[in-house]
Amino acid sequence: MPVITYREALRHALSEELDRDPNVVILGEEVAQFNGAYKVTETLLAKYGPKRIVDTPISEAGFIGMGIGASMLGVRPVMELMFWSFYSVAFDQILNNAANVRYMSGGQINCPIVIRGPANGGTNVGATHSHTPENVLANHPGVKVVVPSTPYDAKGLLKSAIRDNDPVFFLENTMLYGDKGEVPEEEYLIPLGKADIKREGTDLSIITYGRSAMQSLAAAELLEKEYDISAEVVDLRSIRPLDIETVLASVSRTHRVLIVEEQKPFASVGSQLAFMIQREAFDELDGPIHRLATVDAPAIYSPPVEIEQLPNPQRILKAALAAVA
Amino acid sequence: MSKKSTVLADKNDAAGAADPGRHRNAPINKQLTAEQKIELYRQIVRIRRFEERSLRSYLKKQIGGFLHLYIGQEALAVGCCSLMGKNDHIITAYRDHGHAIAVGMDTRALMAELYGKITGCSKGKGGSMHYFDPSKNYWGGHGIVGGQIPLGTGLAYAIKYKGLKGAAMAFMGDGAVNQGAVHESYNLAALWDLPVIFVIENNGYSMGTSQTRSSAGDLARRAEGYHMAWTSCDGYDLYEVRSVMNEYLVRAREESKPAVVEIRTYRYRGHSVADPDKTYRDKAEIEEYQRTKDPITHNQNQFLAEGVLTEALIESIDADARAEADAAADFAEASPFPTVDDIQKDVYWEVDNPDKRTSEGRLFFE
Repeated sequence: MPVITYREALRHALSEELDRDPNVVILGEEVAQFNGAYKVTETLLAKYGPKRIVDTPISEAGFIGMGIGASMLGVRPVMELMFWSFYSVAFDQILNNAANVRYMSGGQINCPIVIRGPANGGTNVGATHSHTPENVLANHPGVKVVVPSTPYDAKGLLKSAIRDNDPVFFLENTMLYGDKGEVPEEEYLIPLGKADIKREGTDLSIITYGRSAMQSLAAAELLEKEYDISAEVVDLRSIRPLDIETVLASVSRTHRVLIVEEQKPFASVGSQLAFMIQREAFDELDGPIHRLATVDAPAIYSPPVEIEQLPNPQRILKAALAAVA
Repeated sequence: MSKKSTVLADKNDAAGAADPGRHRNAPINKQLTAEQKIELYRQIVRIRRFEERSLRSYLKKQIGGFLHLYIGQEALAVGCCSLMGKNDHIITAYRDHGHAIAVGMDTRALMAELYGKITGCSKGKGGSMHYFDPSKNYWGGHGIVGGQIPLGTGLAYAIKYKGLKGAAMAFMGDGAVNQGAVHESYNLAALWDLPVIFVIENNGYSMGTSQTRSSAGDLARRAEGYHMAWTSCDGYDLYEVRSVMNEYLVRAREESKPAVVEIRTYRYRGHSVADPDKTYRDKAEIEEYQRTKDPITHNQNQFLAEGVLTEALIESIDADARAEADAAADFAEASPFPTVDDIQKDVYWEVDNPDKRTSEGRLFFE
């Protein structure tokens, strides 16, 4: 099976969907002539031309809103946010228009838009460029939120996202763009809302997603090697819809839970998970649910300190030991 | 009291002063049959009576939330919407009842929406500010000032992308012109030659703030900064609205060019019914407009003079419009509310189309 990068996997997904559906169009800052700020859209302009690969001004409220409007009339825009951090500039459009228009129209209008781009810390770009808004986005019924961790997942989920008839917010990670993994040549889709057990284990369930899933896998290796603790790593992949059944099944096998997320802890994805697990699997728990999140402060610039603000294998290891104690 | 709004006079007004019959004699108006003129007049009256009837229901607390009435502005929506072809689309803000009636939505469904009933045009989920009917190329009905303007730009983008000969009219109030999203939309539309007409319905007040207290410079002229065509005109005269708008609509459809058209109008009621309307303008100002530029009286007189309308016809149109509004209110009152089970319907396409669901996992949480 070919081994390609996360970035290439995304590009293949975009290219295949551009080939499949003439209504798919890519818009965003620097996506065309510059080949993408993070090169996800590299070569697409040459292949598909300026009608379908479109450079926008720095004008998020305008172009995101425009994409939402175009999607209402049947275009299927895949909008790139150079950073998801810029979502707040377009938040009125995202919240009041994308998330609500189907409901407020009594189901008459669909909004099949995808907004994608990186949402992560770890690159020392400071507080304004390091937001991880998956919890904020997922708080709004009507939207879907996807956070892939591997090249295989990134491709299969992006293709499903583009075909979905509701707004899908697709949160990538600049720290993962260069990661490599096996991706089949033949076409495949991964349904939104299906978690993936990235590592099986018996002593502890680590519930996680995005880059934190990769960090958790590294921590699980250390747990096995140094402490003889068998940790299962459940990668949610999709925040909304949420595959809570896979989470609960894992909890019923291990009876211990650690949630790991690159999120500020208050009202995070993990908060919702912890509530649901205690509500639906209370008797399966042998101890309180633990959580490792981003240290609760705006993203620090200082490179060595930022590593410690985010989940990392050592922090996860420590939290896992506390969770099984 | 506040200063009265100042609205730009431009070449359109100069030409109008030189030739008072200019708009009436425009081909788009010359071609109107007597029946078509009567129907345009009827729509104005139907909007007025619908709004008056909804106000009564609101005051009786049969309608909740906000109610932004279109009374005084009727000819503007009727004139613009009468020009729509099958590939033309419109979108507006929260003062959206007039446009809804002008595009041909059923007033029973509109009134039921105000009552929050399942028979409403949005199943009671949108309310007064969120009317929609995509089958009539009417895309809302939007509650946030200026928020619909990028969407209208997107409608134009889709029209162009699909290679259709059509145009989008994106309506906004004079208060919306200072929103960043509006300027971003202007830039996108001009940059990419999108077939959108940005229509500023300038009624002089953004809520309780007069134009002179809220906006620097001339509103429509801001288009010049984007090398976009613009003009301004009066909104109470059907002929003028139609002839001015038609020029830019044809240009949008044929040449895919955007424009800004500022249309002077006036609202008789407060910003919403909740606005006591006592602090920012005086009664004399309202009465002056009603006396000289009322859309019903003005167009009625014009059509009477042409022999299109008769006193008997005027009376029957009015009686019909009142009866229609009452019937709409009766229908709304008799209709059921949505159920608790309806709350989570119309949220996700997949949930409403379960046999076609491709995603898995839970979509709703407790």
